[in-house]
Amino acid sequence: MSESFLFSIDGIKIEGKPGQTILQAADEAGVYIPRLCAHKDLAPFGACRVCTVMVNGRPQAACTTPAAKGMVVENETEALKKHRCSLVEMLFVEGNHYCMFCEKSGNCELQATAYRLGILAPRYPYQFPRQDVDASHPDVWIDRNRCILCGRCVLASRDLDGKHVFQFVGRSTDKKIWVNAEAHLADTNLGGADKAVDICPVGAILRKRVGYTVPVGQRLYDIKPIGSDIEARRPAAPGR
Amino acid sequence: MIEPARDIREICRTHGNDPTRLMDIARAVQGKHGCVSSQALDLIAQAVGIPRVEVESLVSFYTFLSVKPKGNVVIRLCNDVIDEMFGAEQVARAFTEELGIRFGETTPDGKISLEHTPCIGMCDQAPAALINDVVVTYLSSDRAREIVRVLRETGDPRRLVRRLGDGNNAHPLVYSMVHNNIRREGPVVLAPLAPGAALKKALAMSPVEVINGIKTSRLRGRGGAGFPTGMKWEFTRAADGDQKCVLCNADEGEPGTFKDRVILTENPDITFEGMTIAGYAIGAELGIVYLRAEYAYLRAFLESVLQARRARNLLGRNILGKPGVHFDIRIQMGAGAYVCGEETAMISSCEGQRGDPKDRPPFPAQKGYLGMPTTVNNVETFCCVARILDNGPGWFADIGSRGSTGTKLLSVSGDCSSPGVYEVPFGIRLSDLLTMVGAEDAQAVQVGGAAGRMVSPAEFQRTICYDDLATGGSVMVFGPNRNILKVALKFMEFFLEESCGYCTPCRVGTVLMRRKLEEIIEGRGQIGDLEYLQELGSTMILASRCGLGQTAANPVLTTLQAFRPAYEALLRKKTAEPCLASFDIRAALQDAERLAGRSSEIFAG
Repeated sequence: MSESFLFSIDGIKIEGKPGQTILQAADEAGVYIPRLCAHKDLAPFGACRVCTVMVNGRPQAACTTPAAKGMVVENETEALKKHRCSLVEMLFVEGNHYCMFCEKSGNCELQATAYRLGILAPRYPYQFPRQDVDASHPDVWIDRNRCILCGRCVLASRDLDGKHVFQFVGRSTDKKIWVNAEAHLADTNLGGADKAVDICPVGAILRKRVGYTVPVGQRLYDIKPIGSDIEARRPAAPGR
Repeated sequence: MIEPARDIREICRTHGNDPTRLMDIARAVQGKHGCVSSQALDLIAQAVGIPRVEVESLVSFYTFLSVKPKGNVVIRLCNDVIDEMFGAEQVARAFTEELGIRFGETTPDGKISLEHTPCIGMCDQAPAALINDVVVTYLSSDRAREIVRVLRETGDPRRLVRRLGDGNNAHPLVYSMVHNNIRREGPVVLAPLAPGAALKKALAMSPVEVINGIKTSRLRGRGGAGFPTGMKWEFTRAADGDQKCVLCNADEGEPGTFKDRVILTENPDITFEGMTIAGYAIGAELGIVYLRAEYAYLRAFLESVLQARRARNLLGRNILGKPGVHFDIRIQMGAGAYVCGEETAMISSCEGQRGDPKDRPPFPAQKGYLGMPTTVNNVETFCCVARILDNGPGWFADIGSRGSTGTKLLSVSGDCSSPGVYEVPFGIRLSDLLTMVGAEDAQAVQVGGAAGRMVSPAEFQRTICYDDLATGGSVMVFGPNRNILKVALKFMEFFLEESCGYCTPCRVGTVLMRRKLEEIIEGRGQIGDLEYLQELGSTMILASRCGLGQTAANPVLTTLQAFRPAYEALLRKKTAEPCLASFDIRAALQDAERLAGRSSEIFAG
């Protein structure tokens, strides 16, 4: 059962282990597939669809699709890049993302992914939805304007913190992140040290009193583009 | 007066305090208390042992459930495209005037709520509405006013039923004014079958022989996707699992489809017989019928049919005396969500969750309802199964076309002289069907519902089958005076509202596509917009997580293909205007002007 197998991404040979998803195997091998909802400590969720790749010619989310022997995966093609840009642009126009003064700027995975994909401005019209802010909790606040409905906080609170602080309510355009209380985060058992707090890829769940502490130029993605940590794992190609 | 807290705990207890029965619990609470209130969320969460927010998540997902109180009577007027063609908007106006409230509101006395709802499966008798569980059909403004009067006087929607429908619609347990409108009976689905006849033949064979028979018949799924049924059963039988499940998809939500409603009214025994045969073939003892909330009026009748089958040992232990063959069926009610017709979303819903689709793999055949290997088949597919066992695979395969054997039940509605249900052999030409239904002057036909495709007269020679024009049963006819782009807009609005919101391309793509289409219809479209729609649609198809999102762009993409000139005629030719044509400067300035207390001098209205 524990026999590893080989498959390919863009012609690069990748070693996969049974039970691994395409994304997990690619990460280990140092091949970066853009993603927003997937996180190494969480179960695959498959919501953002940014990691969509072609598997033997068919589109699949790399984060939820098990890797298998002999699979031929396409990742960095022009067509897929175009679709990924569309998906990221959709997330931008769906919410209210004020990057220029958001304290997550420079550490935001949505912003960093957009930069990496070369997005300058979304082609789609902004929806300007009216969203609620919940600042009731002493240490943490929720700004639903910046939420991309990735589900990370839901899974992290349940699976890493052993609580159930977050879940989605509503559907379609009314879908939003909600808390395990009548209305306010303060009425949940969320603790300041909960993993669910720091796992948000964007500026939707934020710790209070720590904004803007890192100067521009020294923030995570100011230094290296998103995905470079994964790519650093890739052994240098022979002859380079 | 019932004490709510005690009653809610009692409802949970009668469902075994089982979180997987959350749909039934929430439906029961909603039915008795008019809402699943904040207090009820807490009580249910405590009783079944899950976080409150999980209960709220489910309640907020389904349109027939609500946290806010609703009236004892809820009027749900169907506003699908066919109903609007036949005057649903005038009916809507009459309801709002008579009740003095708008849609989405409840009368000040708290007695009557008014809502819109997508297709309720009554397109052949439109306009129609659901009033609690009671269906009222062929509505007019006068009838709407009368309905409000009766409801105000009696508070009892059953008083609205006059002139019972044909067949079992008049059965005391159905007691409905719905009509079957069966226009053409075929030999497979709508022909009589003595209960137990096909099952007896199945039990005389081995399960593998039964599956082989279905494979020989080349039966494909009747829900629309057309997966070979025998193969699906083979996978489910081969999958590891002590317990397996047969799930019948009776969540007929595709706009313009109502054939399952007719089957369940007139021939439910065949469906249940097919399910029992499936249970025997794959080794399942559990069967579930997922019945859409809109068809709740059929539930008591269907329960009585199941009871009669138990009494005749066609369900239960050692079926027909065969030792070790056990199978029973329960009915799982839905609560108003189109996406639950998607098989993995249906499984989520049966498990007491939001109707979010699941990731595949694993496929339901490997890991479905509560982890059991599960075969999900359409109501009509089970009818075919029973008939194949009774008449033989060869008999069945001789009907229809090579790749699409048997007959298909079509629900025909719209601009035709005889809307209703037609059982026709696969391979029928669309033009022949249009003659049959009295729609020779059709300008366009939507085949396969909102998720299907719009067909122009240039393609009327095409045939209805899996390899050409595939359909789960919906055929909507649009006459010469209909605005095809507005039809597409209605379908886009439908998908937007019914998207579960899980994945980006469907949740956001439907919004963007609807908006652009509306701009074009309003004359604010520009050159380049058609490519914009096409590209947006291609991302939705490629990246969406389930069939809903993958087909949600079809209303636009297929009309773009078949009726491109209609789009082009609306586009602005020049782009010399100071602003983008799609940008409404006056609307954009509204908030700022209100705050400033004066209007813009540069962009004066």
